[in-house]
Amino acid sequence: MNKLIGKFINTNGRVLDLGCGDGSLLAFLKENNQVKGLGLEIDHQKIQKCLQKDVSVIDQDIDSGLSNFQDQSFDAVIMSQSIQALRKPEVALEEIIRIGKEAIISIPNFANWRCRLQLIFGGTMPVSSALPHDWYSTPNIHLCSLKDFEKLCVDHGADILDRQLLSFDGEEQSFMKVAPNLLTEIALYRVKARN
Amino acid sequence: MSNDSLGRVETKSFMHKDSFSLKSGKTLQGFEMVYQTYGELNEAKDNAILICHALSGNHHVAGLSEDNKKGWWDDMVGPNKAFDTNKYFIVGCNNLGGCHGSTGPNSINPENNMAYGSSFPMVTVGDWVKSQDLLRTHLGLPYWYAVVGGSLGGMQALQWSIDFPDLVKKIVVIAAAAKLSAQNIAFNEIARQAILADPNYNSEDKLPKTGLGLARMLGHITYLSDDAMREKFGRDMKKGEVNFSYDVEFEVESYLRYQGESFSNRFDAHTYLLMTKVLDYFDPAESHEGDLAKTLKSVTAKTLLIAFSSDWRFSPERSRELANAFIEAEKDVSFLEIDSPHGHDAFLMPSETYDSAIETFLDKNE
Repeated sequence: MNKLIGKFINTNGRVLDLGCGDGSLLAFLKENNQVKGLGLEIDHQKIQKCLQKDVSVIDQDIDSGLSNFQDQSFDAVIMSQSIQALRKPEVALEEIIRIGKEAIISIPNFANWRCRLQLIFGGTMPVSSALPHDWYSTPNIHLCSLKDFEKLCVDHGADILDRQLLSFDGEEQSFMKVAPNLLTEIALYRVKARN
Repeated sequence: MSNDSLGRVETKSFMHKDSFSLKSGKTLQGFEMVYQTYGELNEAKDNAILICHALSGNHHVAGLSEDNKKGWWDDMVGPNKAFDTNKYFIVGCNNLGGCHGSTGPNSINPENNMAYGSSFPMVTVGDWVKSQDLLRTHLGLPYWYAVVGGSLGGMQALQWSIDFPDLVKKIVVIAAAAKLSAQNIAFNEIARQAILADPNYNSEDKLPKTGLGLARMLGHITYLSDDAMREKFGRDMKKGEVNFSYDVEFEVESYLRYQGESFSNRFDAHTYLLMTKVLDYFDPAESHEGDLAKTLKSVTAKTLLIAFSSDWRFSPERSRELANAFIEAEKDVSFLEIDSPHGHDAFLMPSETYDSAIETFLDKNE
Protein backbone atom coordinates (compact mmCIF):
# COMPACT_ATOMS: atom_id res chain seq x y z
CA MET A 1 0.00 0.00 0.00
CA ASN A 2 2.82 2.41 0.89
CA LYS A 3 4.41 1.84 -2.51
CA LEU A 4 1.12 2.40 -4.25
CA ILE A 5 0.55 5.68 -2.42
CA GLY A 6 4.17 6.60 -3.13
CA LYS A 7 3.41 6.45 -6.86
CA PHE A 8 0.89 9.23 -6.40
CA ILE A 9 3.19 11.48 -4.38
CA ASN A 10 5.50 13.98 -6.02
CA THR A 11 9.12 14.06 -4.94
CA ASN A 12 10.02 16.86 -2.52
CA GLY A 13 6.37 17.61 -1.86
CA ARG A 14 4.77 18.56 1.40
CA VAL A 15 2.52 15.79 2.65
CA LEU A 16 -0.06 15.75 5.43
CA ASP A 17 -1.13 12.32 6.68
CA LEU A 18 -4.41 12.47 8.60
CA GLY A 19 -4.49 9.67 11.12
CA CYS A 20 -0.86 8.80 10.49
CA GLY A 21 -0.70 5.95 13.01
CA ASP A 22 2.85 4.92 13.84
CA GLY A 23 4.22 7.08 11.03
CA SER A 24 5.36 4.23 8.75
CA LEU A 25 3.78 5.70 5.61
CA LEU A 26 5.36 9.12 6.18
CA ALA A 27 8.69 7.52 7.01
CA PHE A 28 8.42 5.55 3.76
CA LEU A 29 7.54 8.64 1.74
CA LYS A 30 10.32 10.62 3.36
CA GLU A 31 12.82 7.93 2.43
CA ASN A 32 11.54 7.19 -1.07
CA ASN A 33 9.90 10.41 -2.25
CA GLN A 34 11.95 12.86 -0.17
CA VAL A 35 8.76 14.50 1.02
CA LYS A 36 8.41 16.87 3.94
CA GLY A 37 5.81 15.05 5.98
CA LEU A 38 3.51 15.94 8.82
CA GLY A 39 1.18 13.52 10.56
CA LEU A 40 -1.93 13.97 12.69
CA GLU A 41 -2.55 11.40 15.39
CA ILE A 42 -4.22 11.24 18.80
CA ASP A 43 -2.92 7.95 20.12
CA HIS A 44 0.09 8.83 22.26
CA GLN A 45 1.75 5.47 21.83
CA LYS A 46 1.58 5.93 18.08
CA ILE A 47 2.86 9.51 18.40
CA GLN A 48 5.79 8.09 20.31
CA LYS A 49 6.48 5.70 17.41
CA CYS A 50 6.33 8.62 14.97
CA LEU A 51 8.96 10.48 17.00
CA GLN A 52 11.09 7.33 16.97
CA LYS A 53 10.89 7.31 13.19
CA ASP A 54 11.73 11.00 13.09
CA VAL A 55 8.29 11.73 11.65
CA SER A 56 6.83 15.11 12.66
CA VAL A 57 3.46 14.64 14.26
CA ILE A 58 0.74 16.84 15.72
CA ASP A 59 -1.51 15.62 18.52
CA GLN A 60 -4.83 16.61 16.95
CA ASP A 61 -8.25 15.04 16.52
CA ILE A 62 -9.47 15.26 12.92
CA ASP A 63 -13.06 15.28 14.16
CA SER A 64 -12.49 18.55 16.00
CA GLY A 65 -11.69 20.24 12.72
CA LEU A 66 -8.80 21.09 10.42
CA SER A 67 -9.33 24.83 10.21
CA ASN A 68 -5.81 25.42 11.50
CA PHE A 69 -4.44 24.30 8.13
CA GLN A 70 -4.13 26.89 5.36
CA ASP A 71 -5.78 26.52 1.93
CA GLN A 72 -3.74 24.49 -0.56
CA SER A 73 -0.80 24.42 1.85
CA PHE A 74 0.10 20.78 1.23
CA ASP A 75 0.93 19.10 -2.06
CA ALA A 76 -0.92 16.04 -0.89
CA VAL A 77 -3.19 15.15 1.98
CA ILE A 78 -3.49 11.46 2.75
CA MET A 79 -6.32 9.77 4.57
CA SER A 80 -5.74 6.07 4.69
CA GLN A 81 -8.76 3.98 5.70
CA SER A 82 -9.99 6.36 8.31
CA ILE A 83 -12.65 8.51 6.66
CA GLN A 84 -15.24 5.90 7.67
CA ALA A 85 -14.28 6.39 11.31
CA LEU A 86 -14.94 10.14 11.30
CA ARG A 87 -18.03 11.78 12.71
CA LYS A 88 -18.48 13.96 9.62
CA PRO A 89 -16.78 12.40 6.59
CA GLU A 90 -18.32 14.97 4.24
CA VAL A 91 -16.82 17.87 6.20
CA ALA A 92 -13.49 16.08 6.34
CA LEU A 93 -13.54 15.57 2.57
CA GLU A 94 -14.21 19.25 1.96
CA GLU A 95 -11.41 20.19 4.33
CA ILE A 96 -8.99 17.69 2.79
CA ILE A 97 -9.42 19.08 -0.72
CA ARG A 98 -9.20 22.63 0.62
CA ILE A 99 -5.88 21.95 2.36
CA GLY A 100 -4.30 19.66 -0.22
CA LYS A 101 -3.62 20.35 -3.87
CA GLU A 102 -4.40 16.67 -4.18
CA ALA A 103 -5.77 14.13 -1.76
CA ILE A 104 -5.25 10.43 -1.49
CA ILE A 105 -8.07 8.65 0.27
CA SER A 106 -8.53 4.96 0.76
CA ILE A 107 -11.72 3.28 1.95
CA PRO A 108 -12.71 -0.22 2.96
CA ASN A 109 -15.54 -1.27 0.63
CA PHE A 110 -18.62 -2.22 2.59
CA ALA A 111 -20.33 -3.50 -0.55
CA ASN A 112 -17.70 -6.18 -1.10
CA TRP A 113 -19.29 -9.55 -1.83
CA ARG A 114 -18.08 -11.08 1.44
CA CYS A 115 -19.79 -8.32 3.39
CA ARG A 116 -22.93 -8.74 1.35
CA LEU A 117 -23.01 -12.50 1.94
CA GLN A 118 -22.49 -12.13 5.66
CA LEU A 119 -25.38 -9.75 5.89
CA ILE A 120 -27.72 -11.64 3.58
CA PHE A 121 -27.04 -15.20 4.67
CA GLY A 122 -25.44 -14.79 8.06
CA GLY A 123 -27.82 -12.03 9.04
CA THR A 124 -25.05 -10.33 11.00
CA MET A 125 -23.04 -7.17 10.52
CA PRO A 126 -20.02 -8.09 8.39
CA VAL A 127 -16.65 -8.67 9.97
CA SER A 128 -13.64 -9.00 7.67
CA SER A 129 -9.90 -8.42 7.54
CA ALA A 130 -10.48 -4.88 6.34
CA LEU A 131 -13.25 -4.39 8.91
CA PRO A 132 -12.28 -6.56 11.86
CA HIS A 133 -14.55 -5.09 14.57
CA ASP A 134 -17.86 -6.16 16.04
CA TRP A 135 -20.72 -3.76 15.31
CA TYR A 136 -20.84 -2.40 18.86
CA SER A 137 -17.14 -1.68 19.26
CA THR A 138 -16.26 -0.62 15.75
CA PRO A 139 -14.65 2.78 15.22
CA ASN A 140 -16.05 2.57 11.69
CA ILE A 141 -19.28 4.47 12.14
CA HIS A 142 -19.66 5.67 8.55
CA LEU A 143 -19.01 2.72 6.32
CA CYS A 144 -19.62 3.10 2.63
CA SER A 145 -19.24 1.43 -0.73
CA LEU A 146 -17.29 2.64 -3.74
CA LYS A 147 -20.51 4.00 -5.20
CA ASP A 148 -21.30 5.83 -1.98
CA PHE A 149 -17.88 7.40 -1.77
CA GLU A 150 -17.92 8.44 -5.39
CA LYS A 151 -21.29 10.09 -4.86
CA LEU A 152 -19.87 11.89 -1.83
CA CYS A 153 -17.09 13.24 -4.04
CA VAL A 154 -19.57 14.44 -6.65
CA ASP A 155 -21.80 16.08 -4.04
CA HIS A 156 -18.97 17.75 -2.15
CA GLY A 157 -16.86 19.24 -4.90
CA ALA A 158 -14.16 16.62 -5.34
CA ASP A 159 -13.00 15.41 -8.73
CA ILE A 160 -11.74 11.84 -8.85
CA LEU A 161 -8.44 11.72 -10.75
CA ASP A 162 -7.60 8.10 -10.19
CA ARG A 163 -8.94 4.93 -8.59
CA GLN A 164 -7.12 1.74 -7.62
CA LEU A 165 -8.95 -1.45 -6.70
CA LEU A 166 -7.19 -3.45 -4.05
CA SER A 167 -7.43 -6.47 -1.83
CA PHE A 168 -7.39 -5.88 1.90
CA ASP A 169 -3.63 -6.37 2.00
CA GLY A 170 -3.18 -3.52 -0.46
CA GLU A 171 -2.44 -5.59 -3.60
CA GLU A 172 -3.75 -4.37 -6.95
CA GLN A 173 -6.22 -6.91 -8.37
CA SER A 174 -7.16 -6.41 -12.01
CA PHE A 175 -10.07 -8.88 -11.90
CA MET A 176 -11.89 -6.44 -9.61
CA LYS A 177 -12.45 -4.18 -12.61
CA VAL A 178 -15.17 -6.59 -13.72
CA ALA A 179 -17.41 -5.48 -10.89
CA PRO A 180 -15.57 -2.96 -8.72
CA ASN A 181 -18.30 -2.29 -6.19
CA LEU A 182 -18.78 -6.02 -5.62
CA LEU A 183 -15.20 -7.30 -5.72
CA THR A 184 -13.01 -4.56 -4.32
CA GLU A 185 -11.93 -4.81 -0.71
CA ILE A 186 -10.09 -1.51 -0.45
CA ALA A 187 -10.29 1.36 -2.93
CA LEU A 188 -7.63 4.01 -3.21
CA TYR A 189 -8.69 7.32 -4.70
CA ARG A 190 -6.75 10.34 -5.83
CA VAL A 191 -9.01 13.37 -5.77
CA LYS A 192 -8.77 17.14 -5.94
CA ALA A 193 -11.06 20.10 -5.52
CA ARG A 194 -13.25 20.76 -8.56
CA ASN A 195 -12.18 23.94 -10.30
CA MET B 1 24.16 7.68 46.42
CA SER B 2 21.72 6.17 43.94
CA ASN B 3 22.89 5.72 40.37
CA ASP B 4 20.29 8.15 39.02
CA SER B 5 21.61 11.13 40.93
CA LEU B 6 24.22 13.60 39.83
CA GLY B 7 25.31 14.00 43.44
CA ARG B 8 26.91 17.24 44.52
CA VAL B 9 27.08 19.83 41.76
CA GLU B 10 29.14 22.94 41.56
CA THR B 11 28.14 26.46 40.58
CA LYS B 12 30.45 28.26 38.18
CA SER B 13 30.58 31.86 37.17
CA PHE B 14 31.08 33.65 33.88
CA MET B 15 32.08 37.32 33.88
CA HIS B 16 31.23 39.37 30.85
CA LYS B 17 33.46 42.42 31.02
CA ASP B 18 32.14 44.49 28.11
CA SER B 19 29.04 46.59 28.24
CA PHE B 20 25.85 44.80 27.36
CA SER B 21 23.03 46.77 25.79
CA LEU B 22 19.46 45.83 26.57
CA LYS B 23 16.33 46.08 24.49
CA SER B 24 15.01 48.80 26.79
CA GLY B 25 17.86 51.04 25.61
CA LYS B 26 19.67 50.76 28.94
CA THR B 27 23.13 49.26 29.26
CA LEU B 28 24.76 47.01 31.82
CA GLN B 29 28.46 47.66 32.38
CA GLY B 30 29.27 43.99 32.08
CA PHE B 31 27.60 41.24 34.03
CA GLU B 32 28.15 38.05 35.96
CA MET B 33 26.26 34.91 35.07
CA VAL B 34 26.28 31.85 37.31
CA TYR B 35 25.70 28.45 35.79
CA GLN B 36 25.99 24.73 36.38
CA THR B 37 26.87 21.95 33.98
CA TYR B 38 26.09 18.23 34.10
CA GLY B 39 27.47 15.40 31.99
CA GLU B 40 30.44 15.59 29.66
CA LEU B 41 30.92 17.63 26.52
CA ASN B 42 31.91 15.19 23.80
CA GLU B 43 34.85 15.66 21.48
CA ALA B 44 32.73 16.93 18.60
CA LYS B 45 31.13 19.41 21.05
CA ASP B 46 27.76 18.62 19.56
CA ASN B 47 25.91 17.32 22.60
CA ALA B 48 25.34 20.51 24.58
CA ILE B 49 21.83 21.28 25.81
CA LEU B 50 20.81 24.55 27.42
CA ILE B 51 17.97 24.28 29.93
CA CYS B 52 16.29 27.63 30.53
CA HIS B 53 14.55 28.33 33.81
CA ALA B 54 11.11 29.77 34.41
CA LEU B 55 9.94 32.60 36.63
CA SER B 56 11.25 31.40 39.97
CA GLY B 57 13.86 28.91 38.80
CA ASN B 58 17.60 29.29 38.57
CA HIS B 59 20.83 27.67 37.40
CA HIS B 60 20.53 24.80 39.89
CA VAL B 61 18.64 22.49 37.55
CA ALA B 62 19.74 19.12 38.88
CA GLY B 63 21.89 17.36 41.44
CA LEU B 64 22.53 18.49 45.01
CA SER B 65 23.67 21.98 45.89
CA GLU B 66 26.17 22.72 48.66
CA ASP B 67 23.28 23.05 51.09
CA ASN B 68 21.89 19.68 49.96
CA LYS B 69 18.96 21.04 47.92
CA LYS B 70 17.84 19.16 44.83
CA GLY B 71 17.72 21.09 41.56
CA TRP B 72 14.31 22.20 40.28
CA TRP B 73 14.31 19.62 37.48
CA ASP B 74 16.30 16.90 39.21
CA ASP B 75 13.54 14.38 38.45
CA MET B 76 14.18 14.79 34.76
CA VAL B 77 17.85 15.67 34.43
CA GLY B 78 20.51 13.13 35.35
CA PRO B 79 21.94 9.75 34.39
CA ASN B 80 19.32 7.72 32.45
CA LYS B 81 16.65 10.37 32.99
CA ALA B 82 14.67 12.19 30.27
CA PHE B 83 17.63 14.53 29.82
CA ASP B 84 20.30 11.89 30.08
CA THR B 85 23.57 13.24 31.40
CA ASN B 86 25.31 10.09 30.14
CA LYS B 87 24.65 11.39 26.64
CA TYR B 88 24.39 15.14 26.90
CA PHE B 89 26.34 18.03 28.32
CA ILE B 90 23.67 20.04 30.05
CA VAL B 91 23.95 23.69 31.01
CA GLY B 92 21.68 25.65 33.32
CA CYS B 93 22.21 29.34 34.00
CA ASN B 94 20.64 31.98 36.20
CA ASN B 95 19.21 34.68 33.99
CA LEU B 96 20.11 38.35 34.25
CA GLY B 97 17.90 40.07 36.78
CA GLY B 98 17.81 36.89 38.86
CA CYS B 99 18.52 36.63 42.56
CA HIS B 100 20.68 33.53 42.74
CA GLY B 101 24.09 34.83 41.77
CA SER B 102 23.81 36.40 38.33
CA THR B 103 23.78 40.16 37.98
CA GLY B 104 20.41 41.39 39.18
CA PRO B 105 18.66 43.79 41.54
CA ASN B 106 20.77 42.59 44.48
CA SER B 107 24.04 43.33 42.66
CA ILE B 108 26.02 46.49 43.17
CA ASN B 109 25.51 49.14 40.54
CA PRO B 110 29.06 50.20 39.57
CA GLU B 111 27.81 53.71 38.91
CA ASN B 112 26.92 54.48 42.51
CA ASN B 113 28.23 51.48 44.45
CA MET B 114 24.77 50.75 45.77
CA ALA B 115 22.55 47.74 45.18
CA TYR B 116 20.37 48.24 42.11
CA GLY B 117 17.12 47.34 43.81
CA SER B 118 14.21 48.72 41.85
CA SER B 119 16.57 50.62 39.54
CA PHE B 120 17.78 47.41 37.89
CA PRO B 121 17.02 47.85 34.20
CA MET B 122 14.17 45.89 32.63
CA VAL B 123 15.34 42.87 30.68
CA THR B 124 13.59 40.82 28.02
CA VAL B 125 13.68 37.23 26.79
CA GLY B 126 15.70 38.52 23.83
CA ASP B 127 18.26 40.05 26.21
CA TRP B 128 18.52 36.76 28.07
CA VAL B 129 19.06 34.79 24.89
CA LYS B 130 21.79 37.23 23.86
CA SER B 131 23.49 36.81 27.23
CA GLN B 132 23.13 33.02 27.04
CA ASP B 133 24.85 33.16 23.69
CA LEU B 134 27.81 34.88 25.34
CA LEU B 135 27.88 31.99 27.82
CA ARG B 136 27.82 29.56 24.87
CA THR B 137 30.91 31.29 23.42
CA HIS B 138 32.57 31.31 26.83
CA LEU B 139 32.03 27.54 27.08
CA GLY B 140 33.53 27.05 23.62
CA LEU B 141 30.37 25.49 22.18
CA PRO B 142 29.93 25.78 18.40
CA TYR B 143 26.15 25.58 18.87
CA TRP B 144 23.51 24.10 21.16
CA TYR B 145 22.31 20.66 20.21
CA ALA B 146 19.11 21.69 21.93
CA VAL B 147 17.62 24.54 23.91
CA VAL B 148 14.82 23.50 26.23
CA GLY B 149 12.51 25.05 28.76
CA GLY B 150 9.09 25.09 30.37
CA SER B 151 6.86 28.12 30.80
CA LEU B 152 9.06 31.24 30.65
CA GLY B 153 11.92 28.82 29.93
CA GLY B 154 10.08 27.59 26.83
CA MET B 155 9.81 31.15 25.64
CA GLN B 156 13.60 31.41 25.77
CA ALA B 157 13.93 28.23 23.74
CA LEU B 158 11.54 29.67 21.16
CA GLN B 159 13.42 32.98 21.09
CA TRP B 160 16.67 31.08 20.58
CA SER B 161 15.32 29.40 17.46
CA ILE B 162 14.24 32.76 16.07
CA ASP B 163 17.25 34.90 17.01
CA PHE B 164 20.04 32.39 16.42
CA PRO B 165 18.74 29.84 13.90
CA ASP B 166 22.26 28.65 13.08
CA LEU B 167 23.17 28.04 16.69
CA VAL B 168 20.47 25.65 17.79
CA LYS B 169 19.52 22.30 16.24
CA LYS B 170 16.46 21.42 18.31
CA ILE B 171 14.14 23.18 20.68
CA VAL B 172 11.68 21.78 23.19
CA VAL B 173 9.08 24.34 24.22
CA ILE B 174 6.99 23.11 27.14
CA ALA B 175 3.82 24.62 28.64
CA ALA B 176 4.56 27.96 27.05
CA ALA B 177 2.92 30.44 24.69
CA ALA B 178 3.95 32.77 21.89
CA LYS B 179 2.71 35.65 24.05
CA LEU B 180 0.71 36.17 27.20
CA SER B 181 -3.05 36.57 27.14
CA ALA B 182 -4.77 39.49 28.88
CA GLN B 183 -5.80 37.13 31.69
CA ASN B 184 -2.24 36.00 32.12
CA ILE B 185 -0.90 39.57 32.24
CA ALA B 186 -3.67 40.37 34.72
CA PHE B 187 -2.40 37.72 37.14
CA ASN B 188 1.08 39.17 36.85
CA GLU B 189 -0.24 42.66 37.50
CA ILE B 190 -1.92 41.56 40.73
CA ALA B 191 1.32 39.89 41.79
CA ARG B 192 3.21 43.11 41.13
CA GLN B 193 0.66 45.24 42.94
CA ALA B 194 0.94 42.95 45.95
CA ILE B 195 4.66 43.68 46.09
CA LEU B 196 4.46 47.37 45.22
CA ALA B 197 1.75 47.95 47.82
CA ASP B 198 3.83 46.40 50.59
CA PRO B 199 4.93 49.26 52.90
CA ASN B 200 8.40 47.71 53.00
CA TYR B 201 8.83 48.02 49.28
CA ASN B 202 11.84 50.29 48.71
CA SER B 203 12.46 50.54 52.44
CA GLU B 204 16.14 50.80 53.34
CA ASP B 205 16.27 48.05 55.91
CA LYS B 206 13.19 45.88 55.44
CA LEU B 207 12.05 43.57 52.67
CA PRO B 208 8.53 43.49 51.17
CA LYS B 209 8.07 39.89 52.25
CA THR B 210 4.33 40.12 52.78
CA GLY B 211 3.81 41.41 49.26
CA LEU B 212 6.15 38.85 47.71
CA GLY B 213 4.44 36.10 49.69
CA LEU B 214 1.04 37.23 48.44
CA ALA B 215 2.32 37.35 44.87
CA ARG B 216 3.55 33.79 45.25
CA MET B 217 0.30 32.58 46.78
CA LEU B 218 -1.60 33.93 43.80
CA GLY B 219 0.91 32.51 41.33
CA HIS B 220 0.83 29.15 43.05
CA ILE B 221 -2.93 28.81 42.62
CA THR B 222 -2.57 29.44 38.90
CA TYR B 223 0.05 26.70 38.61
CA LEU B 224 -2.29 24.08 40.06
CA SER B 225 -5.50 22.74 38.61
CA ASP B 226 -8.87 22.84 40.34
CA ASP B 227 -8.84 19.04 40.47
CA ALA B 228 -5.33 18.87 41.89
CA MET B 229 -6.27 21.30 44.69
CA ARG B 230 -9.48 19.41 45.44
CA GLU B 231 -7.52 16.18 45.57
CA LYS B 232 -4.80 17.60 47.77
CA PHE B 233 -6.82 19.72 50.22
CA GLY B 234 -10.51 19.36 49.58
CA ARG B 235 -12.21 21.32 52.37
CA ASP B 236 -10.05 19.73 55.05
CA MET B 237 -9.77 21.80 58.19
CA LYS B 238 -6.63 22.31 60.25
CA LYS B 239 -8.43 21.66 63.53
CA GLY B 240 -11.37 19.71 62.21
CA GLU B 241 -13.93 22.48 62.73
CA VAL B 242 -14.51 26.14 61.96
CA ASN B 243 -13.75 28.62 64.70
CA PHE B 244 -15.25 31.71 63.12
CA SER B 245 -12.02 33.67 62.74
CA TYR B 246 -9.56 34.84 60.11
CA ASP B 247 -6.89 32.50 61.36
CA VAL B 248 -5.79 29.62 59.23
CA GLU B 249 -8.70 27.20 59.19
CA PHE B 250 -8.67 25.33 55.90
CA GLU B 251 -5.68 23.22 54.94
CA VAL B 252 -5.41 25.06 51.67
CA GLU B 253 -4.95 28.35 53.53
CA SER B 254 -2.22 26.85 55.62
CA TYR B 255 -0.49 25.49 52.55
CA LEU B 256 -0.65 28.77 50.66
CA ARG B 257 0.62 30.79 53.59
CA TYR B 258 3.49 28.39 54.01
CA GLN B 259 4.31 28.57 50.30
CA GLY B 260 4.16 32.36 50.35
CA GLU B 261 6.30 32.68 53.42
CA SER B 262 9.00 30.22 52.43
CA PHE B 263 9.18 31.75 48.96
CA SER B 264 9.57 35.26 50.36
CA ASN B 265 12.54 34.04 52.37
CA ARG B 266 14.40 32.69 49.37
CA PHE B 267 13.42 34.99 46.53
CA ASP B 268 13.89 38.67 45.81
CA ALA B 269 10.87 40.91 45.28
CA HIS B 270 12.60 43.05 42.65
CA THR B 271 13.51 39.94 40.69
CA TYR B 272 9.91 38.77 40.92
CA LEU B 273 8.65 42.09 39.57
CA LEU B 274 11.19 41.94 36.80
CA MET B 275 10.41 38.33 35.81
CA THR B 276 6.69 39.03 35.54
CA LYS B 277 7.46 41.93 33.22
CA VAL B 278 9.72 39.73 31.11
CA LEU B 279 6.75 37.40 30.69
CA ASP B 280 4.34 40.22 29.84
CA TYR B 281 6.65 41.77 27.25
CA PHE B 282 7.38 38.52 25.47
CA ASP B 283 5.97 38.70 21.96
CA PRO B 284 8.48 37.64 19.30
CA ALA B 285 5.91 38.22 16.53
CA GLU B 286 6.07 41.93 17.32
CA SER B 287 8.98 42.16 14.89
CA HIS B 288 6.67 41.00 12.09
CA GLU B 289 3.52 43.00 12.79
CA GLY B 290 2.14 40.23 14.95
CA ASP B 291 2.52 37.58 12.26
CA LEU B 292 4.00 34.64 14.15
CA ALA B 293 4.33 32.39 11.09
CA LYS B 294 6.42 35.05 9.35
CA THR B 295 8.51 35.45 12.49
CA LEU B 296 9.24 31.73 12.44
CA LYS B 297 10.32 31.68 8.78
CA SER B 298 13.99 31.87 9.74
CA VAL B 299 13.80 28.98 12.20
CA THR B 300 15.81 25.88 11.28
CA ALA B 301 15.59 23.99 14.57
CA LYS B 302 13.47 20.87 14.80
CA THR B 303 10.78 21.71 17.27
CA LEU B 304 8.87 19.76 19.89
CA LEU B 305 6.00 21.50 21.66
CA ILE B 306 4.46 19.95 24.75
CA ALA B 307 1.39 21.09 26.68
CA PHE B 308 -0.57 19.64 29.60
CA SER B 309 -4.31 19.08 29.53
CA SER B 310 -5.12 20.68 32.90
CA ASP B 311 -2.76 23.66 32.53
CA TRP B 312 -4.89 26.78 32.45
CA ARG B 313 -2.14 29.34 33.07
CA PHE B 314 -0.48 28.31 29.77
CA SER B 315 -3.23 26.24 28.28
CA PRO B 316 -2.75 23.65 25.50
CA GLU B 317 -4.56 26.08 23.18
CA ARG B 318 -1.63 28.49 23.43
CA SER B 319 0.75 25.71 22.42
CA ARG B 320 -1.56 24.76 19.55
CA GLU B 321 -1.43 28.35 18.30
CA LEU B 322 2.31 28.06 18.34
CA ALA B 323 2.17 24.71 16.54
CA ASN B 324 -0.11 26.19 13.89
CA ALA B 325 2.30 29.04 13.25
CA PHE B 326 5.14 26.54 12.84
CA ILE B 327 3.00 24.54 10.40
CA GLU B 328 2.07 27.67 8.46
CA ALA B 329 5.75 28.59 8.29
CA GLU B 330 6.35 25.07 6.92
CA LYS B 331 8.66 24.14 9.76
CA ASP B 332 9.52 20.79 11.24
CA VAL B 333 7.28 20.67 14.30
CA SER B 334 5.71 18.05 16.55
CA PHE B 335 3.14 18.76 19.21
CA LEU B 336 2.00 16.64 22.12
CA GLU B 337 -0.76 17.38 24.61
CA ILE B 338 -0.18 15.23 27.67
CA ASP B 339 -3.01 14.26 29.99
CA SER B 340 -2.13 15.43 33.45
CA PRO B 341 -4.12 16.53 36.48
CA HIS B 342 -1.27 18.74 37.76
CA GLY B 343 -1.97 22.00 35.94
CA HIS B 344 0.93 24.19 34.87
CA ASP B 345 3.23 22.53 37.41
CA ALA B 346 2.99 19.32 35.36
CA PHE B 347 5.96 20.50 33.33
CA LEU B 348 8.17 19.96 36.38
CA MET B 349 7.03 16.40 36.98
CA PRO B 350 8.22 13.35 35.10
CA SER B 351 5.70 10.98 33.53
CA GLU B 352 6.11 8.13 31.10
CA THR B 353 4.70 9.92 28.05
CA TYR B 354 6.46 13.17 28.87
CA ASP B 355 9.87 11.64 29.52
CA SER B 356 9.85 9.32 26.55
CA ALA B 357 8.70 12.05 24.15
CA ILE B 358 11.63 14.22 25.20
CA GLU B 359 14.07 11.33 25.21
CA THR B 360 13.03 10.17 21.74
CA PHE B 361 12.94 13.63 20.26
CA LEU B 362 16.44 14.41 21.52
CA ASP B 363 17.75 11.01 20.57
CA LYS B 364 16.66 11.05 16.95
CA ASN B 365 19.70 12.26 15.12
CA GLU B 366 19.74 12.97 11.43
